[in-house]
Amino acid sequence: MATGVFSQGRAKISERTLRTDKWWVQPLITFLVLIAFIIYATLRAFENGNYFAEPLISPFYSPCLSTACVAGASLLGTPFGIIHIFGMVLSPALLILIFPLGFRMTCYYYRKAYYRSFWMSPPACAVAEPHSKYTGETRAPLIMQNMHRYFFYAGLVFNVLLTVDAILAFRNPEKQWGHMSVGTLVLLANATFLWFYSLSCHTCRHTVGGRLRNFSKHPLRYKAWTFVSKLNHYHQNFAWVSLLGVAFADVYVREVATHAITNWYFF
Amino acid sequence: MANLEKYSYDVVIVGAGGAGLRAAVEARDAGLSVAIVCKSLFGKAHTVMAEGGAAASMGNVNDNDNWMVHFRDTMRGGKFLNHFRMAELHAKEAPDRIWELEMWGALFDRTSEGKISQRNFGGHEYPRLAHVGDRTGLELIRTMQQRIVALQQKDKRETGDAEKNLKVFAEVTITDILKENGKIAGAYGYRRETGEEILFEAPAVVIATGGVGKTFKITSNSWEGTGDGHALALKAGANLVDMEFLQFHPTGMVWPLSVKGILVTESVRGEGGILTNSLGERFMFKYIPDVFKDKYADNEAEADRWYIDQDNNRRPPELLPRDEVARAINTEVKAGRGTEHGGVFLDVSKRLSAEVIKKRLPSMWHQFYELAGVDITKEAMEVGPTCHYVMGGVEVEPDTAAAVGVDGLFAAGEVAGGMHGSNRLGGNSLTDLLVFGRRAGMGAVEYVKSHGKNPVSAATLEKAATRIAAPFTRTGGENAYSLHQELQEVTHNLVGIIRTGAELTQAIEKIADIRKRSANISVTGDRKFNPGFHLAFDLDNMLLVAESTAKSALLREESRGGHTRDDFPGMNSTWRQVNHISSFDRDKVIVKAQPLPVLPKELFDLFDVHELEKYMTPEEISKGGSN
Amino acid sequence: MARTLKLRIWRGDDKTGGLQDVTVEANHGEVVLDIIHRVQATQMGDLAVRWNCKAGKCGSCSMEINGKPRLACMTQVASYPEDETITITPLRAFPVIKDLVTDVSFNYKKAMEIPSVEMPPGMKPGEPRMQQIDVERSQEFRKCIECFLCQDTCHVIRDHEENKKSFAGPRFFIRIAELDMHPLDILRNRKKSAQEEHGLGMCNITKCCTEVCPEHIRITDNAIIPMKERVVDEKYDPLRWLGSKIRKREGML
Repeated sequence: MATGVFSQGRAKISERTLRTDKWWVQPLITFLVLIAFIIYATLRAFENGNYFAEPLISPFYSPCLSTACVAGASLLGTPFGIIHIFGMVLSPALLILIFPLGFRMTCYYYRKAYYRSFWMSPPACAVAEPHSKYTGETRAPLIMQNMHRYFFYAGLVFNVLLTVDAILAFRNPEKQWGHMSVGTLVLLANATFLWFYSLSCHTCRHTVGGRLRNFSKHPLRYKAWTFVSKLNHYHQNFAWVSLLGVAFADVYVREVATHAITNWYFF
Repeated sequence: MANLEKYSYDVVIVGAGGAGLRAAVEARDAGLSVAIVCKSLFGKAHTVMAEGGAAASMGNVNDNDNWMVHFRDTMRGGKFLNHFRMAELHAKEAPDRIWELEMWGALFDRTSEGKISQRNFGGHEYPRLAHVGDRTGLELIRTMQQRIVALQQKDKRETGDAEKNLKVFAEVTITDILKENGKIAGAYGYRRETGEEILFEAPAVVIATGGVGKTFKITSNSWEGTGDGHALALKAGANLVDMEFLQFHPTGMVWPLSVKGILVTESVRGEGGILTNSLGERFMFKYIPDVFKDKYADNEAEADRWYIDQDNNRRPPELLPRDEVARAINTEVKAGRGTEHGGVFLDVSKRLSAEVIKKRLPSMWHQFYELAGVDITKEAMEVGPTCHYVMGGVEVEPDTAAAVGVDGLFAAGEVAGGMHGSNRLGGNSLTDLLVFGRRAGMGAVEYVKSHGKNPVSAATLEKAATRIAAPFTRTGGENAYSLHQELQEVTHNLVGIIRTGAELTQAIEKIADIRKRSANISVTGDRKFNPGFHLAFDLDNMLLVAESTAKSALLREESRGGHTRDDFPGMNSTWRQVNHISSFDRDKVIVKAQPLPVLPKELFDLFDVHELEKYMTPEEISKGGSN
Repeated sequence: MARTLKLRIWRGDDKTGGLQDVTVEANHGEVVLDIIHRVQATQMGDLAVRWNCKAGKCGSCSMEINGKPRLACMTQVASYPEDETITITPLRAFPVIKDLVTDVSFNYKKAMEIPSVEMPPGMKPGEPRMQQIDVERSQEFRKCIECFLCQDTCHVIRDHEENKKSFAGPRFFIRIAELDMHPLDILRNRKKSAQEEHGLGMCNITKCCTEVCPEHIRITDNAIIPMKERVVDEKYDPLRWLGSKIRKREGML
């Protein structure tokens, strides 16, 4: 049965879209960048090594919570022992990555990005999608998208931890304070981008004031809402910058840990 | 005719703008069954175009304001040709009509105390216009539309059928108001989508069809402003009053082409926009009439100070009533000091920052930026007079909005005459719709209660149906599009903003000729959504309107408000005592003079007698109004 | 100044139809609606098109131009390259009536299903007091000119006719948001009914509605997502749910 734009009664036009612009470029770029990130992140998460080079720790492995962690990397102790799966040691990254991953997976911006580029629902505006059925976010598993706010809270905890990591990077490899390296800047930038990404989030906007009916009775929350609303305008940009920031921080730490490059100190 | 759609209602309302919808709400609230018929989709009426606001003396911003001040402003604006009773009812009831909109979900801009904010506007002594940015008309139409839906939802809860007693017939054109035994019996028309005919039987019909702008070449009106209601009323035996008075909005865009005719709201001047000619002169100071000398600044310094301190300075002359501004621009252009496209410059970019302009005049900015690539925060606009509003219209009883001479016919809004006299103040039209829309609804309710049904006879039906079929039975006849263009040339050149006796005489002949040829219009294609077919009927209406306007204008040998005669440049107090009444004898429009109702003493006494001396004859002054 | 423009205009009805080639003159500064009018007056007297204000304020002349939902009166001819053929079709999410005119009654039915504003009992006209900052959010949504381009582009119904029963569409999500954010409206079940009756959960926030809105209403960011978050407050957030129960018991609400 013909449905969608080919339904009975609608104008008889055989093309799925009559758009003449390059509407497929945007979803294609999104797809390629996200897929590249996913492949890289997966490889790194399973690598279980080269994530720590005193005082720098990769954001993929922080906090490092298992006794499998390399010496000095476990800031919060090691509540987990070594876990074996199919005879392999479970990478400590896999214990924690679900949180930042969940935050991004349920993020209102990324949802748009991957629904369009991966699921093609729709691939672009006024371009007919290939699916014959559609139920949106009304059923499992997509109804879980409504849990976004819990991942947001978790994300805030990670932001604090990664900020601490950046502060700890004001030390030299001998753990003496008062030093700063390129790695310090990299971790600092990463933490900053993540803060902007979290604070500009739609759930944050709702929590600080969006849920109120009368702003005039809550002047401080109105101010906060106004501020977050401004950030929210750029949520998409922060989403990308912070994603690339995390990847870059990890690459940098790995390069230092494998001695491919030297973490150059300013002082 | 076999499959003729037939309906029976207590009231049929022709037109779904502010007035029609307000009438419908009133009639439905009183328990009547109501059909609303409109040419467009529901919610697209020309009311959406009103930008400035709705005038009502709520006194939220300046508590010196009250209905008497508003009444005085309205009469002054209309040059005392208004029907005093309409102006009085309007001034008294406008605040209630605004407040009730709020109860129906309208969200006006607020004062710091949380009341409805009010802004300044040309001709109004105090800040008086309730507004929402510059899209007040949209707010009004949407609120009324949603009120209709609310009533339908209530009917649904109570009777299970939302549309049984209140139904909107969108995209239906009414071609005839039907009468039986000398009284209203219903309305006949066709569905625009299918071309199929439709009959409404009803003892009361409310006409709320709006204006006539499409009669003219340059106009701010949409295609719907074809004077349907004016013509329907004439043909049904009602009268039109003072059709010579047309408001040419002083500031319509003259360039670029895609926005030609579109209004630049008066708020642009209210917020500090200034008018200059091609020599760079701020010319409005030269055109302050004597009657306004004490209210308007005669130098730039004082005019500029007014924006900061309104109590101790006179207003800038850019805020003079519309006709004065229109005439001034016209004079400048004719004297060769206009822009290359025949307008003058209106500039708001020099006084206000880009941010403030975007905040206070958002849709103005948006509109010109998107429609024509003009950025009003950076450059001046090119503006000139555009046909905007018709003051004349169906002659009605003020209290009931009943059309004089036809039992069961009512008219409200722009299609009704009398309220605005020779010139309408900006902001008065939106409240006019609400005040008299409600009164027309009330009038219809009273009428229906005291008169029973009045069935339509087969003969009447036959006649109405024949008329609709006619254009298809002819081949090789006249083209409706080209006749419409011819008519627009005639009105633009000969019945436009500045008129002379010789030109008007010529116009009357030419209009008669076009009307004769229009009887031979043929249409290509079939009945289904066929714009050529639609235009054939609209054109017939416009021809009657143009004839009425030209003939009334020829009779009035003076210049007043929206009627300017080059051969009779002054205002004449004897002419103020006269209304021009148009009627239709099945062949041509006949225009007669009729004495204007005399101002009663209590209203007369609201004015300073020296002010009245500028408008009235010594005899009228000595009488001091009627008792 | 003038240029010769090549057009393809869809003509037909609910049964048959196709694109027809037309060549027409275009002047400087003209919009697509000007061109359609010229075609109508000179070549196709019975070409059906809806329009009213020709100023981007009434939302009547919605159609698809080169495949994109747009207002014809807001689409500059100059925005297309000289040699490009402009393709004009009716909205593709709704049944076509004739040529460029579609049957948009779906939207009026949906409007009827959303409960109207309900003011506090006993409040009299003239009494409401509302602060500007409290009405501003709803005011943004009341800018809507009901052109229904958002409804047309929304894939939930554009690509799935069967969803029309259970999905109100972006235009009516902003209406619900407008009322839920109205400072005085007393109906408290708007969030729940948005999810359960009007299909808010069907929206996957792919933002096409926002992209096509000629009024630049930020439909997704300012109405749909805030409404989704409000729905979470009521339906999916155990902590909020618990909190509201406790506060209710202690009479804090």
